[in-house]
Amino acid sequence: MSNEKQVDPGRRGLLVATCAAGGVAGLATAGAFVSTFQPSERAKAAGAPVEVDISDLAAGTMKTVEWRGKPVWILKRTPEMLASLKKTDSEVADPNSDRTQFAVTPEYAHNEYRSIKPEILVVIGICSHLGCSPTSKFQPGAQPSLPDDWQGGFLCPCHGSTFDLAGRVFKNKPAPDNLEVPRYMFEGDNKLVIGKDEKGEA
Amino acid sequence: MAFQEKKLPADAPLADKALNWIDPRFPLSATWKAHVSEYYAPKNFNFWYAFGSLALLVLVIQIVTGIFLVMHYKPDANLAFASVEYIMRDVPWGWLVRYMHSTGASAFFIVVYLHMLRGLLYGSYRKPRELVWLFGVAIFLCLMGEAFFGYLLPWGQMSYWGAQVIVNLFGAIPFIGPDLSLWIRGDYVVSDATLNRFFSFHVIAIPLILIGLVVAHIVALHEVGSNNPDGIEIKEKTDDKGIPLDGIPFHPYYTVHDVMAAAVFLIVFSAVVFFGPEMGGYFLEYNNFIPADPLKTPPHIAPVWYFTPFYSILRATTSDFMYWLMAGVAAYVALIFVRSKLRGTTKMVAGIIGLVVIVGMLVFDAKFWGVVLMGVSVMILALLPWLDSAPAKSIRYRPNWHKYIYLLFGIAFLVLGYLGTLPPTDGRTLVAQVCTFIYFGFFLLMPWWSRSGTFKPVPERVTYHPH
Repeated sequence: MSNEKQVDPGRRGLLVATCAAGGVAGLATAGAFVSTFQPSERAKAAGAPVEVDISDLAAGTMKTVEWRGKPVWILKRTPEMLASLKKTDSEVADPNSDRTQFAVTPEYAHNEYRSIKPEILVVIGICSHLGCSPTSKFQPGAQPSLPDDWQGGFLCPCHGSTFDLAGRVFKNKPAPDNLEVPRYMFEGDNKLVIGKDEKGEA
Repeated sequence: MAFQEKKLPADAPLADKALNWIDPRFPLSATWKAHVSEYYAPKNFNFWYAFGSLALLVLVIQIVTGIFLVMHYKPDANLAFASVEYIMRDVPWGWLVRYMHSTGASAFFIVVYLHMLRGLLYGSYRKPRELVWLFGVAIFLCLMGEAFFGYLLPWGQMSYWGAQVIVNLFGAIPFIGPDLSLWIRGDYVVSDATLNRFFSFHVIAIPLILIGLVVAHIVALHEVGSNNPDGIEIKEKTDDKGIPLDGIPFHPYYTVHDVMAAAVFLIVFSAVVFFGPEMGGYFLEYNNFIPADPLKTPPHIAPVWYFTPFYSILRATTSDFMYWLMAGVAAYVALIFVRSKLRGTTKMVAGIIGLVVIVGMLVFDAKFWGVVLMGVSVMILALLPWLDSAPAKSIRYRPNWHKYIYLLFGIAFLVLGYLGTLPPTDGRTLVAQVCTFIYFGFFLLMPWWSRSGTFKPVPERVTYHPH
């Protein structure tokens, strides 16, 4: 049997071509399966902007609305609350919202108040650490899990990150960045649109 | 060779005839002999050796109860929570099946942790059992995935926010992170899409892999033979038929032991199922009896107890702690350079890796490294066969002070686990950071400490007192 070790180049070539073609088809199929994991068209459509009426919002109170399944907080700050931001300036990690790693703060919120109108704060109530929703701790002064010179703000129950009343994260906390300010705009004095600004939809 | 069947006498029992018909067509008797009746296990096993078969028992409990739960459960964000309550209240005996499944999850981890501890004490991962150990580590990973996916299904507050936190861990990976966690969730937040895919993973994908890995684990074990509390190879001393002198057939000698262990286990298991299925909030967390609310995080969220040691390591990684970690990496590289007999090129590679890690620690934030450390704390188990270089496998013949190292490691692991169930404070974070160093030190310094000290003589034959 002398022909046992001989390779038929024609058949070998055909074999390689078949494997290559089969491999391409296999990869393409795998790609289709991987793609099914992406947000569906329905999930994307549900991400439309929402309108909020804030005429009934009293100073010092907060309203939570849902946008893209996330809680968006609208807090009407009192003059004392706004004054507390001056005191926390030196204690927060990124007082001017210059960081861009987690989320880019829109230009109109690129100030100490992190808002268009100083008294109205609009932020996404999701901690930049691992996505928990912080709880409001507006009462100043010493209390459990908070420092003794607490000026009012938010505390994340999961890993203890604290934020001031402009959603700015305090130094040396697990959260890497401030609370995200979504793109938003006012339509009149008492109507907010979240997820959309003059430049278009987020 | 032509197909041949043995000729049995006409009056042979029906069972013998049936077996005589099957065996030439399927290796039934041969498999039974190879893995059970003629699998020779060392005769000096102690109670620690019951946890392997107990793990198999719990796997069966989980699969059987799981099959029945799926008959009534609805994987839909609007219906899931209510369907679990429906199982608990309206399905006849549904509460029993559900509590068996939820208690079984915790029981699985208790049994598996004890099974792993046994391996650690007697050096069961050492050559030639490296693959047995690696399959075991893969089983442990699958089990963690299975438990995590399953925990979302009741769609309670803990289910929801636990999943939110863990999926967001992937968001910490530089560059691709946010897109990756979006891809895992299939939506901008944990939602119906997430619930459905987790359900699919929990009931079909992971169990299939798990069963395959369990088969591989046992086949690999039976290829090399079981280790024993003395850590000596019984296959080195055999009789003229090649049967180990210190080996006894698995059946009936260990099947009867395992039945006894199963009975004891089932007594404890039933006691929990009937009298304390929530186990004071450790097996079923109280917040999970509240339906998931995407707009409100519960005041204190913690994973179930079996994840807490690793979760504590994640939380301990704060931006202050990064400097200690960098110092640790630098010291470790220095140790490799000064006190190891590795080749020069290997040392250079270690130095470069150390440098890259330190630069990475300066560039990427603590959140990312927390995720890395948590991942490494589980994966490092896989390196154990190559980190341990003690001349004796079993703790019985190691220097006495080695026992204190194991004890310290055990305490650090338990402390991390306990801290993981509590809300963080500055003091607790500091303790968790110390324990994180002990945890990694145990493994990474093992090439040095495991070979030092005066070892006791290892006996020729296993220690066994007939009774």
